[in-house]
Amino acid sequence: MLRVEEVQAVEFSSALISKFDEIVSRYPEGRSKSALLPILHEVQAVYGWLSSAAMDKVAEYLNIQPIEVYEVATFYTMFFLKPQGKYVLEVCRTGPCCLVGAEKIMDYIGEKLGVKEGEVTADGLFSYRGVECLAACGYAPVLQIGPEYTFYENLTPESVDQLIEDLKDK
Amino acid sequence: MGRKLLLEHINVPGINTFQVYKEKGGYRAVEKALKTMSSDDVVEEVKKSGLRGRGGAGFPTGMKWSFLAKPEGVPRYLVCNADESEPGTFKDRYLMTHIPHALIEGMIVGSYALGANTSYIYVRGEMMPQIRILEKAIAEAKAAGYLGKNILGSGYDLEIYVQPGGGAYICGEETALLESLEGKRGNPRIKPPFPAIAGLYGCPTVVNNVESIAATVPIVNEGGEEYAKIGIGRSTGTKLISASGNINKPGVYEIELGLSVEDFIYSDEYCGGIANGKRLKAVVAGGSSVPILPANLILNLANGDKRLMSYESLSEGGFATGTMLGSGGFVVLDEDQCIVRNTWNFSRFYHHESCGQCSPCREGTGWMEKVLHRIEYGHGKMSDIDLLVDVSKKIEGNTICPLGDAAAWPVASAIRHFRDEFEWHVKEPKLALERNYGLARYADPIEIAEEA
Ligand SMILES: Cc1cc2nc3c(=O)[nH]c(=O)nc-3n(C[C@H](O)[C@H](O)[C@H](O)COP(=O)(O)O)c2cc1C
Ligand code: SF4
Ligand code: FES
Repeated sequence: MLRVEEVQAVEFSSALISKFDEIVSRYPEGRSKSALLPILHEVQAVYGWLSSAAMDKVAEYLNIQPIEVYEVATFYTMFFLKPQGKYVLEVCRTGPCCLVGAEKIMDYIGEKLGVKEGEVTADGLFSYRGVECLAACGYAPVLQIGPEYTFYENLTPESVDQLIEDLKDK
Repeated sequence: MGRKLLLEHINVPGINTFQVYKEKGGYRAVEKALKTMSSDDVVEEVKKSGLRGRGGAGFPTGMKWSFLAKPEGVPRYLVCNADESEPGTFKDRYLMTHIPHALIEGMIVGSYALGANTSYIYVRGEMMPQIRILEKAIAEAKAAGYLGKNILGSGYDLEIYVQPGGGAYICGEETALLESLEGKRGNPRIKPPFPAIAGLYGCPTVVNNVESIAATVPIVNEGGEEYAKIGIGRSTGTKLISASGNINKPGVYEIELGLSVEDFIYSDEYCGGIANGKRLKAVVAGGSSVPILPANLILNLANGDKRLMSYESLSEGGFATGTMLGSGGFVVLDEDQCIVRNTWNFSRFYHHESCGQCSPCREGTGWMEKVLHRIEYGHGKMSDIDLLVDVSKKIEGNTICPLGDAAAWPVASAIRHFRDEFEWHVKEPKLALERNYGLARYADPIEIAEEA
């Protein structure tokens, strides 16, 4: 199924390509495929998600088959295969966080944004989803926001309100 | 106060920078190892220390290092496991955030011991801030001559690179981690061959946890024998414990192994007791994968003695009455928590994280999740409880990697120790939606079996 936005051709900037080159230099001769995950993170940081056109370009750059990129992009949960809100609020929903109210915080975020998990708000700014243990269980409830994965800890309804206001004003 | 070997300087302003870390005695281990010790000497000290892997399995680090194959002309690798995704565990993030140079110094010492000239730190992708911190620390160490070519004039060369993961718990399993580092899906490999023979790019490789690697710094500085004097029995040294859940002071604590569980939970130096004046119901002592224990069994052994925070004491009694130290992810549940719900949540997690390669794990985790969900939401049958035990037994031991066991144990142990709570959910479905089962008899003194 081809999406409209996927038809648009993707051209990586020369700055991005030199970043790729630097990443590839970290591995031994002939092992440039190791650069795949770091490169996909770089691409997602620029475009907000991974379109098939972008993945094909990565395959071309690394001189591997497109399927080798798709199978990786679909395995790892951090890669988005469709457009997201500008800010994706990723709330930890695993056991330890739930002991201190993570489920309530996630419900609150849903109500506040007026969307379901995975949907984007009408202004295109926000979406949210549950993610698994973020290695921050002692500061629960927690959420993170990419592409720099800033953490927001010990969440309360008030701190969520504040965070959403701050992001709107940004 | 217990001795601190890793977190001694955690509160010193600027300890995350090379300069302050060095002023506080940092990089002495690199100087000592590279200038006065052979690589085998370093391995020997780590062996003497009795250090056991801090990632979860507790395998002796020195022994693992001595197993590394050393064929002529083939590169060897040290790969640091900073994937930290075991629910309840957050100590590696803490260490890397606040004292990144402790890991970098350990990486240099370890790489030297193993004869590796290129080493990787595989950090879970969500820890982007920590990745930046480590990259900065590496650049600082390099500028000061502790990395790169001919380090400190010793003739030893080393480069360290940081690799981001992509958000997959299974990549904490060492062979899945290596697959991921090679740019592939994180499917665990069938062992043997073990990484010590054929690891990264088919070359001999050691994979160690962040904390294990950092612990080699005090071992080299003070000597393995000194390190082994701390702790109790075969549980030597200090351990970082991530404490979370319903306690007054969640956080990361460095303990001397051998502290009593009771002191850890109730003393003000550590968890500071149960939050909101509640009572303790249960503990998951070593990350979500280890068996859950009710209050009475986590505080005491079956013979009534105090249980200690050590590999041996936590596993005393096997799975009948014991658990495991695991990764040190110490999750505390108070009397208001529902064991069925917590077990369902963990099952959901394992189902979500199964890589799908082996059918007992792929199908079994989904099945357990579904059955637990229906018990929790008031549609369970009595036979479901035995069904769960049966499914967990069919997963355990029948899979490529230990994720299968890790998914089976929490379910089996919850039913073993909290069966009446599961039965109550089935018998009183309406009530179970309204309120929790409470503390019941889970904190009552253990009936000590008379010796025959
Ligand atoms: C499903 C699964 C997840 C794991 N996750 C981690 C992890 O996040 N960090 C870690 O150090 N070890 C993890 N391990 C253990 C590693 O496979 C390996 O034993 C460890 O990194 C070895 O290091 P150590 O000997 O220093 O403990 C995991 C194992 C399994 C089966
Ligand atoms: S046990 Fe589960 S996670 Fe491990 S290899 Fe098999 S399917 Fe994958
Ligand atoms: S369970 Fe939420 S951060 Fe660990």
